[in-house]
Amino acid sequence: MVHFKVNGHAQIFDGDPEMPLLWYLRDILGLTGTKFGCGMALCGACTVLQNGKAIRSCSKQMSTVEGIEITTIEGISAQGPHAVQKAWGEVNVPQCGYCQPGQIMQAVSLLAARPKPTDDDIDEVMAGNICRCGTYQRIRSAIKEAARETA
Amino acid sequence: MITEEMVSTEKAAAEKISIVNVSRRDFLHGMLASSAFVLCARTAPLLARAERNGAGALSASGIASIEGTAFHPGILVGIHTDGMVYIVAHRSEMGNGVRTSLPRILADELDADWSRVTVLQADGDAAYGSQDTDGSHSVREFFDVLREAGATARLMLVRAAAQKWGIPESQCVADPVHTVSEKGSGRTFGYGELAALAAKLPVPKKEELQFKSPQQWRYIGKPAPGYDVTDVCSGKPLFGMDVRVEGMLYAAVAHPPVLGGKVKSVDDSAALKVIGVKKTIAIDPFKPPHAFQPLGGVAVIADNTFAAFKGRKQLKIEWDNGANASYNSADYKKELQQTARQPGKVVHTIGDPDAEFAKGGKIVEAEYFAPHLAHASMEPPVAVADVRDDKVTVWSPTQDPQGVQEEVAKALGLKKENVVCHVTFLGGGFGRKSKPDYAVEAAVLSKKTGKPVKVIWSREDDIKFDYYHSVAAMYLKAAIDEAGKPKAWLQRSVFPPIGSTFDTSAVYGGGGEMSMGWDVVPFDVANFRSENGQATAHVRIGWLRSVANIYHAFAVQSFANELAYAANRDPYDYLMTLMGSPRTLDVGQQRSAGVTEKYPYDIGRLRRVAELAAEKANWGKKKSGKGSGMGIAVHRSFFTYVASVVEVEVDDQGTIRIPHVTTVVDAGIVANPEMVRQQFEGAAVFGTSIARTGEITATGGAVDQSNFYDYQVARMNDAPRQVDVHIVESTAAPAGVGEPGVPPFVPALCNAVFAATGKRVRELPLTRNGFA
Repeated sequence: MVHFKVNGHAQIFDGDPEMPLLWYLRDILGLTGTKFGCGMALCGACTVLQNGKAIRSCSKQMSTVEGIEITTIEGISAQGPHAVQKAWGEVNVPQCGYCQPGQIMQAVSLLAARPKPTDDDIDEVMAGNICRCGTYQRIRSAIKEAARETA
Repeated sequence: MITEEMVSTEKAAAEKISIVNVSRRDFLHGMLASSAFVLCARTAPLLARAERNGAGALSASGIASIEGTAFHPGILVGIHTDGMVYIVAHRSEMGNGVRTSLPRILADELDADWSRVTVLQADGDAAYGSQDTDGSHSVREFFDVLREAGATARLMLVRAAAQKWGIPESQCVADPVHTVSEKGSGRTFGYGELAALAAKLPVPKKEELQFKSPQQWRYIGKPAPGYDVTDVCSGKPLFGMDVRVEGMLYAAVAHPPVLGGKVKSVDDSAALKVIGVKKTIAIDPFKPPHAFQPLGGVAVIADNTFAAFKGRKQLKIEWDNGANASYNSADYKKELQQTARQPGKVVHTIGDPDAEFAKGGKIVEAEYFAPHLAHASMEPPVAVADVRDDKVTVWSPTQDPQGVQEEVAKALGLKKENVVCHVTFLGGGFGRKSKPDYAVEAAVLSKKTGKPVKVIWSREDDIKFDYYHSVAAMYLKAAIDEAGKPKAWLQRSVFPPIGSTFDTSAVYGGGGEMSMGWDVVPFDVANFRSENGQATAHVRIGWLRSVANIYHAFAVQSFANELAYAANRDPYDYLMTLMGSPRTLDVGQQRSAGVTEKYPYDIGRLRRVAELAAEKANWGKKKSGKGSGMGIAVHRSFFTYVASVVEVEVDDQGTIRIPHVTTVVDAGIVANPEMVRQQFEGAAVFGTSIARTGEITATGGAVDQSNFYDYQVARMNDAPRQVDVHIVESTAAPAGVGEPGVPPFVPALCNAVFAATGKRVRELPLTRNGFA
């Protein structure tokens, strides 16, 4: 049995310890904002924050979540839209939108660590998040926009 | 009117899905019951699917049962007495922007306030006409229909106001927005106040309608952000993957690794021991042709997705791989190339190319090759089905909800009317999700379990069991005069056709595939012949964003570039010479009736996009060679004219960077330039994936690739850094925008690589040529 928090709420899990956090969030808690894309930490669609830092929930087994705090896309806008979400809207980033929660969580993590990211910073950190619609240049603009807003 | 009950019923049905679906019947009855306003719009004739996809085999196989050729009434707009305007999006949203662009066309003619418009997503219903959201059809096919619906509703509101005031209709005007006012007096009625009366008025004839002039358009041609951006960025449950229905079971299917394979024996004892696994169920193999039937195999049913995946791994299945087990893509490639060297079926001839070739002189020849591609949309195929007695409800990210209805009905022996298909958002489609096989799987499993079932494809399923974009070998030959211009041009393409999916004997490309950049070239060549050689398919073949245009444009635009260098000419200048004077290109008799009249092949427009692209990209002002270079290509597809100029930097290790792309688009009248820009920005990234790494191969009949490590797609650090999209102002009929950006990008990139390195790419992807 593991104890941990999701979006500030205490959770207990005693199911299959090999279950990835992704499927716990989606199927057990019904928090479907976190997406399934590859199951191998290759695409970033499942990105959530562990104690504020981006992780791939598809490759995080439930046996390893004891004591941690997880934040999902549903958890970043409790006090209204997050600066990153606002910037995403201003730049009109999404096309299909499926990868965007993961992109947004990765960007939140990036800006927390590097409030004024360079293009190279953005490339390095965001390269793990695939967008098949090809919104990359707008994601880059939106990250810079959010960095300006939160400065 | 949309009642609260209706919305809540729909919401209850899809317990946790944010997208509001509406059936035509509920929309209609809801309206009439409350005496609010509803409009049955006359929809225009639609091109039949068989014709659009070009596979003549389609109609013969009975697949073309979407009857697109009749006049269907469709329910598209309603106005609540509180003034809210409800507009039905009857096409699928997959990043193409239709839930924004289409309703805004209607809202424009209605003079509705966009902030008081609610967009509803239509269920599958033949009454809407074609809902098959592929072929870049949405705006071009429904532009007139939606304007007519809006203008009809506006006139009825004006008439309602005139009646209420007891004054002539001519004294009333729909102005300011969302309001009818009396000319001169300043009296007004809001649309909501007029809805109940308007609902009782007869629907005016088309001849009575007054359409706004382009100068009066308030939304058409004006940029607007996506209607759903906020919901998407909040992680709302919008997608098929997000659907959760009470009592739902989860399923993963072990598909036969080779197309046409069957289960010989299965040992599910270990699978059944996995926590959460309930049972396993065999799914019958398809009866050829496979069309949209499930592939067959063994399903693992569980109470969550992970358990289903884990259980599937524990299955021990012995397969009978069948005839396709002898298929190896490396050998097959040689076969296609051999076929391309021999005369094929003639597609189109101009003049006498053989006579010209026989005269001798300078001949240039080249062979090109492009491999199979997978769609790899970010959301893998997924569907939920709930079979109750003889009724089925399906929730699916589908490009073709009526196709879901048909295929599910066929598989379960039901009437199509008994299958309800709720369309969710699609996490990408690119053509994959117009094939409803995965929804049929869900329905078959729901019937067998008696419970709602969600079938989830893993990324491995998606890549290994796709309907692949076709592999193609092409041979081109030109006889060149002293100035370097072709006197004769021969081109031959060979690929397993999409028709093979519907007819096992189909080995030649359909008319659609030939019209995609092959039957004619946009060049001034007096003697020309296009040919097509035969190829038998060993995997499922399907359309993928821009379809045959991809390999055809790659070959034709690369060859044009080769001829430029052979003539020692600047590639842009040469391309302009090759296109020749502005004129209407004769496309012969092979195109569909009516299409050529509405969309003549205008070389002037193609020249214009090339000129603008060269100008905007500062063509010729930067030095090529030593690892940096620019490439240009033009292509017309889906009636849209596109020029791409791609800049590359290639380092000593062969790593390619794309700092800048300039794309110029002439798509006729543009509904929403913001969406158009997004489509063409995205097309450059999609094209980067194709050109750089896209390759599906097979060994022993089974596809070799499985996930994003061996089927790599463009990431932020290797995608174009900046894509500038310039839209040509035009009053021509609206054309497609979702797909046409892809075909010219690929050869423009390869031509840039040649300019930078001197290395000609005749075989995709670039990773096959020592680049990374």
